[in-house]
Amino acid sequence: MSGPSTYNPSTGIEKWLDERLPIIRLGYDSFVDFPTPRNLNYWWTFGGILAVFLMIQIISGIVLAMHYVAHEDYAFESVQRITRDVPFGWLIQSMHANGASFFFVAVYLHMFRGLYYGSYKAPREILWILGVVIYLLMMATGFMGYVLPWGQMSYWGAMVITNLVGALPFIGEAIREWLWGGFSVGQATLNRFFSLHYLLPFVIAAVVGLHIWALHVPGNGNPVGLEARKGKDNKKDTLPFHPYYTVKDGFAIIVYLMVFAVFVFFLPTVLGHADNYIEADPLVTPAHIVPEWYYLPFYAILRAITFDIGPIDAKLGGVLAMFGAIGILFVLPWLDTSKVRSMRYRPLTRWFFIFFVVAALGLGWCGAKNPDDFVMGIEGFKFLYLGQFLTFYYFAYFIVVLPVLGIIEKPKERPASIEAAVLGTDKA
Amino acid sequence: MKMTRIFAAAIAALGFAGTAAAFEGDQHTPHAHHWHHDGPFGTYDRQAVQRGYQIYQEVCASCHSMDLMRFRNLAQPGGPFEEEAFPNPNDNPIVMQIAASYTRVWDMDEVNEDGDPVERPGLPSDPFPAPFDNAQQARASNGGAYPPDLSLIVKARGHGENYIYALLTGYEEAPADSHLAPGQYYNPYFPGGAIAMAPPLADGIIEYADGTEASVEQMAEDVTTFLSWAGDPHMEKRKQMGVMVLIYLLIFAILVYLAYRQIWSNVKH
Repeated sequence: MSGPSTYNPSTGIEKWLDERLPIIRLGYDSFVDFPTPRNLNYWWTFGGILAVFLMIQIISGIVLAMHYVAHEDYAFESVQRITRDVPFGWLIQSMHANGASFFFVAVYLHMFRGLYYGSYKAPREILWILGVVIYLLMMATGFMGYVLPWGQMSYWGAMVITNLVGALPFIGEAIREWLWGGFSVGQATLNRFFSLHYLLPFVIAAVVGLHIWALHVPGNGNPVGLEARKGKDNKKDTLPFHPYYTVKDGFAIIVYLMVFAVFVFFLPTVLGHADNYIEADPLVTPAHIVPEWYYLPFYAILRAITFDIGPIDAKLGGVLAMFGAIGILFVLPWLDTSKVRSMRYRPLTRWFFIFFVVAALGLGWCGAKNPDDFVMGIEGFKFLYLGQFLTFYYFAYFIVVLPVLGIIEKPKERPASIEAAVLGTDKA
Repeated sequence: MKMTRIFAAAIAALGFAGTAAAFEGDQHTPHAHHWHHDGPFGTYDRQAVQRGYQIYQEVCASCHSMDLMRFRNLAQPGGPFEEEAFPNPNDNPIVMQIAASYTRVWDMDEVNEDGDPVERPGLPSDPFPAPFDNAQQARASNGGAYPPDLSLIVKARGHGENYIYALLTGYEEAPADSHLAPGQYYNPYFPGGAIAMAPPLADGIIEYADGTEASVEQMAEDVTTFLSWAGDPHMEKRKQMGVMVLIYLLIFAILVYLAYRQIWSNVKH
């Protein structure tokens, strides 16, 4: 879809620059004239929203780093000083802390969009894999960022997560001490987490560059899952990115920022945990250690494995399941056997997908609760059992449902082209 | 996970050994109290914050520190003693007077020509003086229990100000089946029910400077309002700016939406 460049340098300086570094041509071809399917819905606006939030996080983070002190005795106080004494520090800190949550909301919607419309299928496997890499980097960055305020949840969250690495056989203990830089979470851990928390967002930005590059080779997918036609029909299926999608993405970004502003200005602490306003204390464990909300589904999967599987003990099993839950996304393009991209035309799989979303949310619910508590007070029905059932479904969706349904399901009739789908006339 | 849980439980046992539960039963959930600073337009009741500071000073401060607070904070925009005539809080006479009423060594690096630390009256830039030199001293003076710092106490507890209010007003006669250790009191809002803090408020224990009647409920509400302010001193500015930002974004969104309708009006999609 990325056809020959249509950029035409009009001024002298543009011509001069174009012969030396065609950077304006790159921008023009990528973000102005780029042919984009004309039928994209609002689910396609989250890419732009994510780009905005990456910038918000980097800019607010750079300012915070100017005032933050990465020391176990001063880190907690320095964050509080930022919110009290730094001009607009309360705003910058609130934007950064809530920005992380809104970044994850957007990335989850972006991923569910990809799962529903088959955005991972050929020829977009690399695009999808780069997206999973970005997601993993986001998880690591978010985790390390949460440690920096050095509250009770920061400290104990870091303790629980780094202890998971210790579950690996033979080398686990050594790797854990290497991560800690000592024999427990402490000064060395905090300092290196700060260093990496500053580094990783720039790595994310670089991988986002690759992600967009990989997007611009085949071009966007779209709700009907058909490729835009080449040649002279291309114009009938697509619109130039600017002004059509700049204005549509722009509108979605502003609406999303409004929801963000409600949290930043009116509910700045609701997404956090009260215990993180208590300074880290290695001698006092919080009653319930819970991670940030965006990790809860994986936390539930971790805790769902309470039994030994052959030589794998329950702890290692939980760790493998948790990482496997993300790892399986890397091979998803080869697990789904259906040639039909969009779930719109997959009447059976569609229901399994909807239940997959429910399962993911349900796992988040289980992750927030004590596994021994009863679901909605139903005697005997522990959150552990619900978590185990949903974990089973999570993996079954990828390993059984998608491979099998792709073969046995009879897809609905699809339109002939994007143009036909838009006009709604023929179904041939 | 089993290992982690055992590990966590072992550490929890160490940490809570001193404050083991004396009471079997459910912790009471605090009721939602009405606060002047509730809601998107709520502001702190300035008089209540002033009275609350008086309670902190005369009652709480004998055991509880507020390490993040400076005297000047009291005169900052939104603070209880803010005066328009003194835009620099360090010049505020009320706060200068409060700070000067404490004489002590404020900084071990402030020394005389012999190198000995010097005592002097406080300045608005000095911190609220802590009642104890260190945690060990605090524990030793309080039967082994550590009185937490109050700078962020409202944010650091589930249910926030409702919990603080409920705790301060929720002391009860201990039920027959509870086994309180000496120096413990029964409060069903406290985790475990056994709290080392004696009921801090009683009717009329202080005389309010503004003549308000000092009932337990009144004092609990005032000191909780003060602590809310101390934990979130920029709340009023934050909400005001939030309203402006939302109005701005709403107008922006409408304009961009109209532009979107205009641009897309001639294409099939």
